[in-house]
Amino acid sequence: MNPISSLIARDLKLEFRRKSTLAGLLIYVMSSVFICYLSFRQIIDIPTWNALLWIIILFAAVNAVVRSFLNESRGIQLFHYLLVSPVQLILARISFNTAYLVMLAIITTLFYSLFLGHSIEDIPMFLLGIILGCACLSSVLTLMSAIASKAGNNPSLVAILGFPVIIPTLMTVIRFSKNAIDGISWSVNLNYALILLALFAMTVIMAILLFPYLWKD
Amino acid sequence: MNNMWWKLLGSILVVYTVIAGFLVDVPEMAILNETIRNLFFHVTMWFGMMILLIINLVYSIKYLGSFKIPSDDVAVESARIAMVFGILGLITGMIWANYTWGTWWVNDVQLNGAAGTMLVYAAYFLLRGSIDDEQKRARISAVYSIFAFTMMIVFIIVLPRMTDSLHPGKGGNPGFSTYDLDSKLRMVFYPAVFGWTLLGVWMMTLNLRLRRINEKLNA
Repeated sequence: MNPISSLIARDLKLEFRRKSTLAGLLIYVMSSVFICYLSFRQIIDIPTWNALLWIIILFAAVNAVVRSFLNESRGIQLFHYLLVSPVQLILARISFNTAYLVMLAIITTLFYSLFLGHSIEDIPMFLLGIILGCACLSSVLTLMSAIASKAGNNPSLVAILGFPVIIPTLMTVIRFSKNAIDGISWSVNLNYALILLALFAMTVIMAILLFPYLWKD
Repeated sequence: MNNMWWKLLGSILVVYTVIAGFLVDVPEMAILNETIRNLFFHVTMWFGMMILLIINLVYSIKYLGSFKIPSDDVAVESARIAMVFGILGLITGMIWANYTWGTWWVNDVQLNGAAGTMLVYAAYFLLRGSIDDEQKRARISAVYSIFAFTMMIVFIIVLPRMTDSLHPGKGGNPGFSTYDLDSKLRMVFYPAVFGWTLLGVWMMTLNLRLRRINEKLNA
């Protein structure tokens, strides 16, 4: 079996075995949405609705991705070191986190729409925004989690390092999904999708180039 | 005395910038009026910062190629002076914005990009602060700064061109070259960029020497 897919399969198995982490994240997003519902009641303004949703997704993403390299035992690190190349490891983690975040973001959006209402005109386009946005978030935050894991396993460091570099992505994805909510045509919105794709490609290339320097001690 | 000439040149250029910058004839523009002179102080700060950040990038890559601590020293000191230039650029920009746009800060891609860049390099110093081992600190912060630099390029160069902006030279706005009909601004602007950058590099080398002395004393 290809090392990348077996790494993903192993992460998936671990995730199912430790159900508490997924449950914890779900409770986290649900309570965030509920707090927003209690404080706003109803959001009529579309930019506010959209921005708040992405902020919830951002914080959930940080919490979800933080674990991907943090608190990995010395044994597991050596095990990876012996069996796979760094590029395979980072690519496996980025793809796993992307899938995980897409699922989390869709669940968040469903809850959010349930409580705060929604008026998304172009649902497929909005979904594409979630997929592209989560791919970018996961690639940046996975790399940041790898960096933070080498800097004393401090979980808040992921947010400190990640937030400034995630701003371009977040600004683009917020604009893209706002256009999807407004039902603006593909010809206009395609530009933003291409920027997101380019950002994702750039981050993955940087991760492939830089991660090998990170993981060896 | 051999390597004195560029320091001298830098000082002369900065003195020239300050004197000529306030005395030269400037194009008469509505709204901008005399504030156009800020061109020699605000825009040049960002040029200086970008050049220092490129030095940081080059030495970070150099460190990852050789694992020699002196490269890392150059990287961190250039980032530090770049921060000084960035903060001065923000302050001069805010003063300028207050006189021309009527407010200290507007929600604009260019301004937010500049502020984001400051945050990125603040995080860089925080990251450095949280690692004790010298080699490890150098390696990990080099990785972060290379990654941060590529994201920053998107942030302050690519994104502002894609959207509307108040800032000159961005979002389809004309830059200052279109106002500069008789090249008088250029006569001061280019020496100013060069002078401020030389001054920045000088500050960097001074800090670098101080750092090496401290290392020797503590060794």
